[in-house]
Amino acid sequence: MKVVLSWLKEFVDIDLNLEELARTLTMAGLEVEEIQLVGLPMPPAERHEFHYSGLTWEPDKIVVARIDEVMPHPNADRLVLCRLHDGQQEHIVLTGAPNLFEYKGKGPLPQPLKVAYAKEGARIYDGHQPGQVLTTLKRAKIRGVESYSMVCSEKELGISEEHEGIIILDPDAPTGMPLVEYMGDAVLDVSILPSMARCASILGVAREVAALTGKPLRLPRATLPATGESILGKASIQITEPEYNPRFVLGLIRNVRIQPSPYRVQLRLRLAGMRPINNIVDATNYVMLEIGEPLHAFDYQALVRRAQGNPPTIITRRARPGETLTTLDGVERKLDDFTVLVCDTAGALSIAGVMGGAETEVTEQTTDVLLEGASWNFINIRKTVAAQKLNSEAAYRFSRGVHPALAPEGVKLGLERMALWSGGEIAADLIDAYPVPHKDPQVDLTAAEIRRALGIPLSLDEAENLLSRLGFTCQIEGDVLHVQTPPHRLDIGEGLVGKADLIEEIARLYGFDRIPARRLADPLPSLQEDPNLAPTDKVRDALVRLGLQEVITYRMTTPEREHRLYLDDAPERNAPYLTLANPISLDRSVMRRSLLASVMEIAERNTRLRERLALFEIGPVFLPVEGQPRPDEDWRVALVLTGTRQPPAWDRKEATPMDFYDFKGILEGLLEALHIPDVTFRAAQTSTFHPGKCAEALSGDRVLGVFGELHPKVKEHFDFGPAPVLAGDFSLKALLESMPVAYEVGAVPAFPPVLEDLAVVVDESIPAARVEEVLRQGGGKLLTAVRLFDIYRGEQIGAGKKSLAYRLTYQALDRTLTDKDATSIRQRIIRRLEQELGAKIRG
Amino acid sequence: MDELQELERIRQEGLERLAEANDAASLEAWRVAYLGRNAPVMQVFSRLGQAPRELRPQIGQSANAVKQALEAAYQEKLEAVRRAALEEELTRQKLDVTLPGRRPFLGRYHIETQTMREILRIFTSMGFQVYSSPDIETDEYNFTYLNIPPHHPARDMWDTFYLTTPGLLLRTHTSPGQIHAMRQFAPEPVRVVLPGMCYRYEQAGARKDIQFTQVELLAVGYDITFADLKGTLQDFADRIFGERLRTRLRPSYFPFTEPSAEMDVECVICHGKGCSVCKGSGWLEIMGCGMVHPVVLQHGGYDPAKFTGFAAGMGPGRIAMLRHAIQDIRSLYENDVRFLEQF
Repeated sequence: MKVVLSWLKEFVDIDLNLEELARTLTMAGLEVEEIQLVGLPMPPAERHEFHYSGLTWEPDKIVVARIDEVMPHPNADRLVLCRLHDGQQEHIVLTGAPNLFEYKGKGPLPQPLKVAYAKEGARIYDGHQPGQVLTTLKRAKIRGVESYSMVCSEKELGISEEHEGIIILDPDAPTGMPLVEYMGDAVLDVSILPSMARCASILGVAREVAALTGKPLRLPRATLPATGESILGKASIQITEPEYNPRFVLGLIRNVRIQPSPYRVQLRLRLAGMRPINNIVDATNYVMLEIGEPLHAFDYQALVRRAQGNPPTIITRRARPGETLTTLDGVERKLDDFTVLVCDTAGALSIAGVMGGAETEVTEQTTDVLLEGASWNFINIRKTVAAQKLNSEAAYRFSRGVHPALAPEGVKLGLERMALWSGGEIAADLIDAYPVPHKDPQVDLTAAEIRRALGIPLSLDEAENLLSRLGFTCQIEGDVLHVQTPPHRLDIGEGLVGKADLIEEIARLYGFDRIPARRLADPLPSLQEDPNLAPTDKVRDALVRLGLQEVITYRMTTPEREHRLYLDDAPERNAPYLTLANPISLDRSVMRRSLLASVMEIAERNTRLRERLALFEIGPVFLPVEGQPRPDEDWRVALVLTGTRQPPAWDRKEATPMDFYDFKGILEGLLEALHIPDVTFRAAQTSTFHPGKCAEALSGDRVLGVFGELHPKVKEHFDFGPAPVLAGDFSLKALLESMPVAYEVGAVPAFPPVLEDLAVVVDESIPAARVEEVLRQGGGKLLTAVRLFDIYRGEQIGAGKKSLAYRLTYQALDRTLTDKDATSIRQRIIRRLEQELGAKIRG
Repeated sequence: MDELQELERIRQEGLERLAEANDAASLEAWRVAYLGRNAPVMQVFSRLGQAPRELRPQIGQSANAVKQALEAAYQEKLEAVRRAALEEELTRQKLDVTLPGRRPFLGRYHIETQTMREILRIFTSMGFQVYSSPDIETDEYNFTYLNIPPHHPARDMWDTFYLTTPGLLLRTHTSPGQIHAMRQFAPEPVRVVLPGMCYRYEQAGARKDIQFTQVELLAVGYDITFADLKGTLQDFADRIFGERLRTRLRPSYFPFTEPSAEMDVECVICHGKGCSVCKGSGWLEIMGCGMVHPVVLQHGGYDPAKFTGFAAGMGPGRIAMLRHAIQDIRSLYENDVRFLEQF
């Protein structure tokens, strides 16, 4: 909301400079986002906390001047020469302003025009360039006439974008007065919190300023300076649903003359961000900006015509099924059954609180104006605004709540302004339909309650003082403070909520900075931390220790993006997704089902940036479950490896790419770091991996996940280089469930081991794990380590065979093993290998 | 007396020859020649029996002295030669120490994880327990239970992604976790910190993204006041920014807290002098906070007449941005390795 400083000062005296005022408002919850200078200088301050825009008018260079005569230019039709007096001397000033042409060649003006005059050397904005470009007025010859100064448009002075004509000030502007002194101003752009909707007006902000600075508030006097006949009998009101329309007030003014408002009024409207229309519409907007009550002006005679010459009846009701209305913006609108309409006996006139209809609006021909001030259910207005995608200054306020007490105030002030600016006669009395009067909550508060929430021992007297500054009526009775909410606020609740609302107001006015800081003194509750947190961190730590880079990716994707991870006919492509009803872009339409797909995208994007990538993420995937309201959020661990096995170095010429076993080694490292027991691997088939280079990892019977090299067909879906891409997708839950809380460790042996090498020739089809299993069974407890150090295939051992060479460690904890012991273990092992695997021992 | 002269000659000759031996091989040859079994001094010993009896002690002593002298000289020379050889060897092995080292691959945590851990460590050390809740929420948990009924103007504060399943949405903040935690712990006091991913239906830009992590605090108990909120957040700010920066609480509005405030911290870059990061204000907004609204306490299962509480929420992404001068928040989830590897 744009708060015009001069307007604010009509309601409260302000000693603070702009910077201090902005800080005071900000620290009271009215955050000032920007300050626009309209002529005024920057306030003196060591450092400006706020952002300033706009133009400062130099007092000696930009002044109010008087045009006494507008004369034709000798060489140009589109230019005129003004005989102008700046209070000190007369000048001839050249201008092309079209709004002076009507005075051209009329001789000395009977009523001189007052204008904003910039002298030589003045700094103003260039009126002919887009945006705001500063320029300094210099002496020049235009079409043979010397020019060194100018009469200014609003654009040139930084007031608005208007630069078609020059500013014509009100006739009472004092010639020679520095313009900044006459109408210099500033506009504070204040962000209004939903809880402070009452501040969406100049008066609302003034009330806060008064409360914060202790200055008295000058309330606008809402009288009805009636000069005409009573409105009673000239119109009537029918409210059909008081719940939606608690109050409806009508006033009447007759014999108005539609014309532009005084310049100062137009200026204020512009500075507040509204467009001046005419004196009647401007009066409604002026009052809305001033006190926060939106008004609507009907052409009274148009209503009478619609009622066949009878006094019109204004009816408020909900829209009927299928009903439509063409609003002022020319759009025909289909109305919902919750839309409330203002109607007459002939039909709908406007969407209540949001926008008027075309037929009864005020026009150049209007003479009599029926003025509406109403109050509406804010939730209903909000729904209407959302459904119609229609907003207005009125709807902005009504959808946040406008107190019903403001309706008659607004109508009275509106009529008064109309009379002032259009010269009409105000009809006596108002018609005021108020079927369900609003009850302003009364809340009881104790010092103990204040202390309980804020931690400060505030006396009831102090609380009373703070609240009454905001307009609350307070009464202390024993140890209770009875607080009556003033009739302009809708944000104070009843009971417990009301107490909290008041305590907030007390704290806000007392100052958050004055409340002391304390370390939590309440007893510590029992500890029940998320049991998955620490073990999940262990998984993450282990992966980082293994040299992987963690990534965190977007959890929204598209099915098409994820499907790249699968072969074309894979069943995964038919899995259901959790779908966004309102995706913000086409490439983020569902919640992901695959964490690996997310990490794979990141690997793809980085693949040309590094020789080696080793990435992982721990995060959820979202799986819809039939018959279950919420989806499963299944946490996964996904890894992707590709590129060179070793880091590049200046003396290392070869760069071997990582393969399946590099991935498996990292996985083994991870499982070892997590102390996961009984780990085995078995070949697996999936829709993602190479059928011969894919395995499942298990702990006991529990599958931990699957990994392998990307299927060449799947790899084609991505933009990867020639190196194999290794990947794995593991269940975090399975990993965590397999991690022991405690595990046993063995003693460090005191006796030397016996080391022995054994080359075992077996059929190619026998997996290495099986050979090792038999080795261990044969070796028993004394065989403490088995390490495969070579695999050989060749003619010497025959086709279809492989030779696996193992380094075996025999070790006893209680003695040094003898050669005899070693031989006997070896023989047991060999016997077992021969029997179970048909193995032969080489060498 | 001949033998004594002979010994003196042997000594002199030995030492002269030794001086000429300057490598391991010639030294070894010298050792064999002058201290070996057939060395002249050894021959003096073996001839000792032939010398006149009264001279034997003197010859024996002299021979011993010469042998010892030669041995000592040999040891000394041996050491010197070895030292020289070593020195030569070391000189030969001299490296260009400015050549780059061979680096192992360094694993790294994502910056958001690093920041999140730091935040959680601070709060857990204050007795807040980590509590997790789902990304997919119901309208009730995300809004209604937090005192944001349907069609309430406050709903404008959260642009929301809805799912095609009616009533489900992507949580816009971690606050629904407050309700989950309260309902789990009530009527016992609760002190939790809630981390998690949140989503907003917004046009992504340099300062906001459609997805971001949040950390939220909730303390509900018998004697928890605004003063405790201030103390807790001040302690946090001191620890996360590592120095005593000024902070301030500015009144604000959240439907689930009352009073509500924004916490500003003195700009970490310019220390309040005004710079581009704080847009000249000298302050950075780092979190929203306030006293838990009585309606929220009720929805959580607490009697607001007996219990009070505070809540606060912040974005680790934003804190990371401030501390590392990250220009665009979207870099966090774009995961360009050139960005990630800087942390």
